[in-house]
Amino acid sequence: MFYREAGQYKTSYPSDMAVFPIAQDRIGIGLILAAAFIFIPMVASDFIMSSVMIPFLVFSLAAIGLNILTGYTGLISLGTGAFMGVGAYACYKLTTIFPGVNIIVWIIVSGFFSAFVGIIFGIPSLRIKGFYLAVATLAAQFFLQWCFVRIPWLYNYNASGAIEVGTRTLFGIPIVGPNATPEVRYYVLLCIVVALTWIASNIVHGRIGRSWMAVRDMDIAAELMGIKLLDTKLLAFAVSSFYAGVAGACMMFLWYGGGEASDAFNINQSFNILFMVIIGGLGSLIGSFFGAAFISMLPTVLKFGLPAIGIPLSGATAEHLIHIMVGGLIIFFLIVEPHGLARLWQIGKQKLRMWPFPY
Amino acid sequence: MHSLYMVLIDPFVQMVSAPDLFLQTIWEGLVAGVLYALIALGFVLIFKASGVFNFAQGMMVVFAGLTLIAFQDLGVPAPLALILAVGVMYLMAVTIERTVLRPLVNQPDIILFMATFGITYILIGVGEMIFGGEPKDVNTKAFMLPQGSLEIPAFGGFVQLQKIDIAAAIIAALMIGALAFFFQKTRIGRALRAVADSHKAALSVGISLNQIWVIVWFAAGIVALVAGIMWGARSNVSFALQVVALKALPVLILGGFTSIPGAIIGGLIIGIGEKIGEFYWGPLMGGGIESWLAYLIALGFLLFRPQGLFGEKIIERI
Repeated sequence: MFYREAGQYKTSYPSDMAVFPIAQDRIGIGLILAAAFIFIPMVASDFIMSSVMIPFLVFSLAAIGLNILTGYTGLISLGTGAFMGVGAYACYKLTTIFPGVNIIVWIIVSGFFSAFVGIIFGIPSLRIKGFYLAVATLAAQFFLQWCFVRIPWLYNYNASGAIEVGTRTLFGIPIVGPNATPEVRYYVLLCIVVALTWIASNIVHGRIGRSWMAVRDMDIAAELMGIKLLDTKLLAFAVSSFYAGVAGACMMFLWYGGGEASDAFNINQSFNILFMVIIGGLGSLIGSFFGAAFISMLPTVLKFGLPAIGIPLSGATAEHLIHIMVGGLIIFFLIVEPHGLARLWQIGKQKLRMWPFPY
Repeated sequence: MHSLYMVLIDPFVQMVSAPDLFLQTIWEGLVAGVLYALIALGFVLIFKASGVFNFAQGMMVVFAGLTLIAFQDLGVPAPLALILAVGVMYLMAVTIERTVLRPLVNQPDIILFMATFGITYILIGVGEMIFGGEPKDVNTKAFMLPQGSLEIPAFGGFVQLQKIDIAAAIIAALMIGALAFFFQKTRIGRALRAVADSHKAALSVGISLNQIWVIVWFAAGIVALVAGIMWGARSNVSFALQVVALKALPVLILGGFTSIPGAIIGGLIIGIGEKIGEFYWGPLMGGGIESWLAYLIALGFLLFRPQGLFGEKIIERI
């Protein structure tokens, strides 16, 4: 009833090709942004901020990165965790060598280091395809993880081998380190995520995004049409790793606040992000957010939600039950909607448009 | 100059100057390779017949091993425990086919790949709940597996061979022979090959896909059980074994996803390459290079043969 495009006439090509061609969608995105910037910080407690919202945003960023590679370009990667790690360590090195420059600059710049590493490990993708490539990217995962442990220069020769995050400020407010409040960290992260999502949306809707999708759908045909495969695939690796790297830096500096980093960027992290992308929907930016929300919040919700509705859980059994439920839900969602939550969202919107008529 | 010497020449000098040590390293590589090959074999079986990249194979090894140990701990005699464990693997195959594969028929490969992740999670949860998280030992005596070691004099030194490793190699060889026979000579084997070639064509000549899938998952389960026993007899069975199972992946891409001989030879190449690399070059780089060397070796081969050593040639059409 409210979600109709009737009466909204497009008088120019740009307005017809807009990302949000319907006025209600534009209002909707405005409402979501308003909720994220104003409503959530008002109502959420520190606990929800730091253990639900911040992880969700970090994972969304990483999922967008992997979605660019896997969903838009069709290259499966199992090395996202390691690329996140490159970002985190690059940011750590940069901020210790140049402590005067603002940390936000370094968080973004560290993405470029990750992009560079991504390009190097993306080179085999020209010859290797499908699951062969997936396993080949595991080489990146294990090699980089080994570097994180064995090259002490990366963690400044700490005895603990951990990343130490000192206090860094912006306009006199601590945004990173032990003194930063969850609200401030949330705002910084939210700004980064919104800006990068906006950029990603523009990339995937433009010429580059179209050439990625052409390569995904059939790379030989794309090549015949004049798309340079090497450039396109490597660019996908670069952009994807850039996002992963920024997500990794954000994870270390805005979420964990330092710590044993090599564990945070292990193979399970890579798998986790792949789950998010697939559960959320391949080739969909909004799907990345859905997937990140689903996978990152699920264990927390199960852990605190089940006792709340009267199902008691003890520590060890809870862990096992959560494993079983996560596994079961993954299979369930794949069976119900193999195209991910993003497709459900689309179907819901279509239904809303027709409402109250069935079709 | 010195570092170049250390990397390029010194390891070979070491190999020549202590040939018995070199042989020992190769033997250890072979043993590791056999185990990788056993795990990879399960992957290949399922991939050949259903095109599913079964990530859960490593977890199936752990699960099968723990099931067997649990039956033995209950006091069931070894042969019966083995039969019961095989029964459990059959039940698992049927359950997976019914609840996961059948509803997901005709979906893209990556979706099925993800579904096997779901299976992995469920197996971890169920396994830890039933068997507990501690590592457990396989009762080697009950299976009449030999223990102790042989010492063979070679080049003025000794090469030490664990008897259990020899047994593992023999059992693996027997099993591969049996699988090859099963695939080439039996009716079901022919049906399996037909399904591997084309699902649709196989369906149209009256082969039941559902049955075939149960059979391959069951076969993979048995391979997993054998791998679990062999691994458990060497050290112990624990959930950490799952990480070792990831080593089977470079074996797979090296040998080709669809080739049984590829899995074996790939396993041996990776096993030997990894041990030699770790032993002779590892110390130069601070050790622990085993974790990624296998992938690098596989990647090197892959750049020249993108379908793996023995994989079917990839033909692409527009």
